[in-house]
Amino acid sequence: MSLSRRDIENIAHLARLGLSDAEVPVYAESLNRIIALVGELDHAATEGVLPMSHPLPGLTQRLRADEVTESDQRELYQRNAAQVMAGLYLVPKVIE
Amino acid sequence: MHSETVAQLQQGLRARKYSAVELTRALLARIERAQPELNTFISIESEAALAAAAAADRRLAAGDAPALTGIPIAHKDIFCAAGSRTTCGSKMLANFISPYDSTVVARLRAAGAVVLGKTNMDEFAMGSSNETSHFGPVRNPWNLKLVPGGSSGGSAAAVAARLVPAATATDTGGSIRQPAALCGVTGLKPTYGRVSRYGMIAFASSLDQAGVLARTAEDVALLLRPMAGFDPRDSTSVEREVPDYQAALNQPLKGLRIGLLKEFFDQGLDPRIEALLRTALEQLRVQGATLTDVSLPNLPLSVPTYYVVAPAECSSNLARFDGVRFGYRCENPRDLKDLYERSRGEGFGAEVKRRIMTGTYVLSAGYYDAYYLKAQRVRALIAADFERAFGTVDVLIGPTTPAVAFEIGAKTSDPVTMYLNDIYTIGANLAGLPAVSIPCGLVDGLPAGLQIVGPHFSEAKLLNVAHRYQQESDWHQRAPEAYR
Repeated sequence: MSLSRRDIENIAHLARLGLSDAEVPVYAESLNRIIALVGELDHAATEGVLPMSHPLPGLTQRLRADEVTESDQRELYQRNAAQVMAGLYLVPKVIE
Repeated sequence: MHSETVAQLQQGLRARKYSAVELTRALLARIERAQPELNTFISIESEAALAAAAAADRRLAAGDAPALTGIPIAHKDIFCAAGSRTTCGSKMLANFISPYDSTVVARLRAAGAVVLGKTNMDEFAMGSSNETSHFGPVRNPWNLKLVPGGSSGGSAAAVAARLVPAATATDTGGSIRQPAALCGVTGLKPTYGRVSRYGMIAFASSLDQAGVLARTAEDVALLLRPMAGFDPRDSTSVEREVPDYQAALNQPLKGLRIGLLKEFFDQGLDPRIEALLRTALEQLRVQGATLTDVSLPNLPLSVPTYYVVAPAECSSNLARFDGVRFGYRCENPRDLKDLYERSRGEGFGAEVKRRIMTGTYVLSAGYYDAYYLKAQRVRALIAADFERAFGTVDVLIGPTTPAVAFEIGAKTSDPVTMYLNDIYTIGANLAGLPAVSIPCGLVDGLPAGLQIVGPHFSEAKLLNVAHRYQQESDWHQRAPEAYR
């Protein structure tokens, strides 16, 4: 199967990536090549094989105690934001 | 001073042959001179480095100096350092000032290292040539027309050009080992979970691992010791004691069982690199190691497996860049959707967008089973192949890359051609294994790498084999002519 212009536009929408009209066919071509490459996996016999969920055998993600460990550093963190007012992050109006 | 190793600099500093300030000044001058030509650094932090060096000199004088006191290093610009710019090679983070330290940065500072700056890299560590950096390509010090490899191309080129004796790096599919091979330096990707990833900007979380680039295995050992170890702030960090890597370096190789990775000695490998590997293997055999051929039948599926798993995880990790809390924001967004789409569309480069879209596609409704789940099953087969092999051999050896460094621009038109560069390195990431690349010779005057892969947490053994090889060879001492 091969990805069409419309598929690429749909994927870009799902990923919230703005693409120019000129970019769409470029990504269609390269994604089709990548999909062909990963298509080699179809030939692998994986019946009964459990999907790998952690790179280290027998280990799972550790959980920590439900305790407050961080202090409030809102001002410091908000220094990297594009637009802040009264300690709030500003975005374009969502509800008219 | 610039040609000395970390181990030699430790002695020089302690014997007061030179001060940390003198050493730092000398290397900063070298960096400034090389920068227009090589572009290895994104940020050069002269002022902070000189202040840290002066503090190091005071500690050395007071006799209260941890192991790496005064040792100049550079960090790949993927590691957050409080108060300093951390870009990850992207326009998205071009003005990001990290509010906190990554654990790697904090631990190396506590060990006394002096940071000269942050090195250039492929954008978000996605690339094998350092050409995807927003800050321009790094050039290979062996030949300025060639790539240094990637994604840790700045760190590898800086070490090769004798701008720093060692640098930090990260490896998701070969990003430490491949540039190590192409630049003629030593690079270790540790076991998954060995080094904390707290504050290391995420690409693919089931694969990413931090490591070291240096000129010798001994120097890698010296940096790895303080970097490694449990960190409660990284939920993938493993609670396990850190061995004294340096103490194990000299163990004799008698009885070492080496497996030759049959799948790596294939038609894709440059025969001249194969010849160099055979010579190196013979030298290890003379030291008492035994050689046997080992087959990992599922290993050829590494690249397609990786190009499902890594983009899938990348698309999830990079969803955080929304133009709101940090990072690039587009001008005059019309509405929230426009803000997201244009901030991401303008802030990310072409390769990052390609991977985000690939990942979004393989995880999208109707395709998850066919791609992601299938890839995770094949990944289990590849990991099982390695485990079976380590039942009969102690380490596996093969090439790091199929060929030496290629020209800038040669592989940018087709992403799949670029991806195949990592054909020999990706397996270790998929299985979470440690692996080291060391220089094993020159082809047409360009460095080639030998790769050693071991079982989980066998870093001490890998560095031991690498060190014993480096005791009997001088390839790791060769420097590019313009940077001796």
